[in-house]
Amino acid sequence: MIHLDNVTKRFPGGQEALSELSLSVDKGEMVFVTGHSGAGKSTLLRLIALIDRPTSGQVIVDNQNTRRVKSRKIPAYRRQIGMVFQDHKLLYDRPVFDNVALPLIIAGLGHRDSGRRVRAALDQVGLLKKEKQNPQTLSAGEQQRVGIARAIVTRPKLLIADEPTGNLDPDLSLEVMRIFRRFNEVGVTLLIASHDISLIDRLGCRRIALEDGRLQVEADPWL
Amino acid sequence: MAVTRHADAVAPVRSSGAFSIWVSRHVSTSFGSLGRLGRQPFASLMIVLVIAVTLALPAAINLVVKNAQSVSGNWDNALDFSVYLRKDLSVSEAEGLARLIGQRADVETVKLITATDALAEFKEQSGFGAALDQLTDNPLPHTLVVRPGPGNTTASIILLQEEIGNLPESELVQVDTEWVRRFQAILDIVRQAIAIGSVLLGIAIVVIIGNTIRLDIESRRDEIEVTKLIGASNAFVRRPFLWTGFWYGLLGGSLALLLVQYGFFLLKGPITRLAGLYQSNISIASLGPAESGAIIGIGIFLGLFGSWFTAARHMRRIEPR
Repeated sequence: MIHLDNVTKRFPGGQEALSELSLSVDKGEMVFVTGHSGAGKSTLLRLIALIDRPTSGQVIVDNQNTRRVKSRKIPAYRRQIGMVFQDHKLLYDRPVFDNVALPLIIAGLGHRDSGRRVRAALDQVGLLKKEKQNPQTLSAGEQQRVGIARAIVTRPKLLIADEPTGNLDPDLSLEVMRIFRRFNEVGVTLLIASHDISLIDRLGCRRIALEDGRLQVEADPWL
Repeated sequence: MAVTRHADAVAPVRSSGAFSIWVSRHVSTSFGSLGRLGRQPFASLMIVLVIAVTLALPAAINLVVKNAQSVSGNWDNALDFSVYLRKDLSVSEAEGLARLIGQRADVETVKLITATDALAEFKEQSGFGAALDQLTDNPLPHTLVVRPGPGNTTASIILLQEEIGNLPESELVQVDTEWVRRFQAILDIVRQAIAIGSVLLGIAIVVIIGNTIRLDIESRRDEIEVTKLIGASNAFVRRPFLWTGFWYGLLGGSLALLLVQYGFFLLKGPITRLAGLYQSNISIASLGPAESGAIIGIGIFLGLFGSWFTAARHMRRIEPR
């Protein structure tokens, strides 16, 4: 599903966020990217979401070489990836329902169908009853779940999450991870950046550890 | 490849009435933009008012010129001139001369006003009736009113006036309708000035709307970034701003139309009364359906152009960080 080949990302200042990084994530896997802040976790996700382009090397996502995706085609490319952010990136001028419906509106779906899909997505994160509320009235954990519902409402095959539990306490973090786990069970590939090692160990997923833009250890999936 | 596969996943709903979905999306976006204007009624009203006044100004002047032109155009005697004959000429000599001039190719008609007729008319209109009765003898000469033919140029009319003035029978040639032509020349200049001014005012509207949209885009920067992050195209994020421009143009144009029509309504009474004093039956024209449509249409066009121009420039610059 995701394939990085000798990827280097150098910023205009000259410092390298990623150095000749190669890795793969198979279809249906749930993989964590760990490392200290500045290790290159976010940069990796940004390259996959085409927010940035690599300085050199190949990033291949779902058989598409991102290098060949023209700027004009980036919106269509992003629409096939679900994205979850540490700061949720919700729109606070509209209710929960409209936030979750936004990707469907962008994709040009009819009103009736999007209504059904939005409720299904909200149901999966346990927020069906809060669809009319403004996200601001929700707790941090609930806001993150709205963000997750928005990411999965288009039923993407790949979901990437940047520190999705960064602002949550351990119980809420575990709850969010369980939701991710359920998506993984129905075939969604997940790539999650996190520094919460103890939580990741409890889930028993594969770990990609980054240090200074390079692979540290590719941990054994059974550990 | 995967892009098309993803589109397939959405296709079942998309293929059924993609057009009606597109229309309904536009309808909801347009009302969303209108609602946004409604949430800041005072600021929106100010901008609509500025647009309305800017549109109403040239429209009103244009209407005044159009009426002035139709009034002065009705004076088909605009080129007439009077020839006062020598006092010692008899009526039959005057009639002979009138016939002679009337045969010229460059003259359309010649009307003879005899001294007797002229005095009678003068008595009637001047109010000096009784005093004039005291006159033993008519001080007025016979007069010919010459109307040049339609084929004449300004120069040939002057030549005609000179030739007739040089006839031994004529005393004086008086061109008393010269001012009408000057007036029409002035109207032509005013019309040109309006055309130039309208272009400048149109640019002003585009700038006003563009600037308003730019502020709107800045205040919604986060929202634009987030929507782009989850896959919105430039066209998608531009759409609500185009609708905002559309509404500004439509509301501004409509208000401009109301302002002009109301001003016209206020002036109609006094003008009719003035026309009555001149014993003329002037009918003043208001804005017709085509002109009304043009004012609103120009408003919408400028609104869309201003917002499109601004949105296209700024949207590309706002990218997720």
